[in-house]
Amino acid sequence: MEFMGYRRGDGRVGTRNYVGILSTVVCANEVADAVSRQVRGTACFTHQQGCCQTPIDIQRVTDVLSGLGQNPNLVSVLLVSLGCESTAVEEVARRIQDGGKRVETIVIQEIGGAARSIAEGVLAAQGMVQEASRWEREPCGLEDLALGLKCGSSDTTSGLAPNPALGIASDRIVQGGGTSILGEVTEFIGAEHLLARHAENPEIGQQILDLVRRMEDRAKSVGADIRGGQPTGGNIKGGLTTIEEKSLGAIAKAGTAPVRAVYEYGVAPSVKGLVVMDSPGREPEILTGLAAAGCNVIAFTTGRGAPQGFPFVPVVKITGNRRTWEKLQDHMDLDVSPIMDGAESLVHAGDRILRELLEVASGKLTKAEISGYTKAMDIYTVGPVI
Amino acid sequence: MNIDAIVIKETDNVATALRDIRAGEEAAIGVGEKTAKIPIQEPIPYGHKFAVRDIEPGENVLKYGEVIGRATAAIPVGAHAHVQNIESLRGRGDLAKGGR
Repeated sequence: MEFMGYRRGDGRVGTRNYVGILSTVVCANEVADAVSRQVRGTACFTHQQGCCQTPIDIQRVTDVLSGLGQNPNLVSVLLVSLGCESTAVEEVARRIQDGGKRVETIVIQEIGGAARSIAEGVLAAQGMVQEASRWEREPCGLEDLALGLKCGSSDTTSGLAPNPALGIASDRIVQGGGTSILGEVTEFIGAEHLLARHAENPEIGQQILDLVRRMEDRAKSVGADIRGGQPTGGNIKGGLTTIEEKSLGAIAKAGTAPVRAVYEYGVAPSVKGLVVMDSPGREPEILTGLAAAGCNVIAFTTGRGAPQGFPFVPVVKITGNRRTWEKLQDHMDLDVSPIMDGAESLVHAGDRILRELLEVASGKLTKAEISGYTKAMDIYTVGPVI
Repeated sequence: MNIDAIVIKETDNVATALRDIRAGEEAAIGVGEKTAKIPIQEPIPYGHKFAVRDIEPGENVLKYGEVIGRATAAIPVGAHAHVQNIESLRGRGDLAKGGR
């Protein structure tokens, strides 16, 4: 036994046991939030999408909401809909139900306004929370972990201490039969050929290269060159010599396991092991993408100190910067700065990270969960708002 | 264990300084759980790299167990390994197209 989790009907394991309150469109956010604030045991996800978008993005929103509802950290789901949005609300409900979960939907325009909808939503959620409270934790193994990898607000220490140490922890989880998901495709640029070499076969390697080219083309399409002058003058002053070295520092958090598959944003992997998911690096979108892909815990390394968590997936903050650890105590969960002092080996720190992830998976609260710094989330879309 | 520089993978031929290291010092480098001593030839600022064995001109420079560039000059053990003696192999419009 490695940790205690909630074994769901579909075989996946939850590390938390919430009733999810999911807003299906930006216009329903207020009601979803009001319902959640009045019912203990719920977790609320709001976003800025779901209407006045191109069909490809409407499908994206429908897919991601379905994926979020299927996340094993949710026992059941209350969908909060306005009524006139483009999101395929019935499809979302059906896809979550197909996974064996109870789904209730409240439609603001049908019920008759926010006040009545909030009351109806609160009553529904109360009953769902009582049902959810009967779930008990059971012994689970590394094969039941689905780890999301993320680094943000990085500095010199990131590629030296927390990222390679997290890579060691990720390798252990993969060796133990679990899943590890690497996003942040933007930060593969310059090292994508190296990541592609870690692919299980040449086809997957090519998919990684294609993903990076697509991300680069997206940035170029608005006339920006995201690679201009890399590494920067400041990077060189700090000791980074080439773009390869800089990107390697970012992908070090994925360890050395072979990449077994490449997925679109928010898609749940159908294989175990290390996989790559298309995603930008910005927090609201990548954390949502990892949760929609089914991650039950997320490891987030940071240099200067990024505060965000996620409403129903614990996000463990790991820093290699002692000053950040000391100054941002209400946001940081684990300090690996002893690596920077030469007082701790990467292997030792990797073991500490794995232990912390398992404790959190068993129920230990992260700083972001305690402070509730989890609300500013969004879904990654690729087209314009129209 | 207290080290002055870290070698990320055993196959790496450079270490990264964890503090400013002066010329003439014997730097303790950490390689996984093991340590070794390297005589330092020139000042190595915090976060910068030095060779942990002699690197020939044209040889690949390895960090994270991966190629981060190619030596443009000999980098003797203990010497500063940076832009003055390493070139990138990516995004090089001046090299033949399609080259990696």
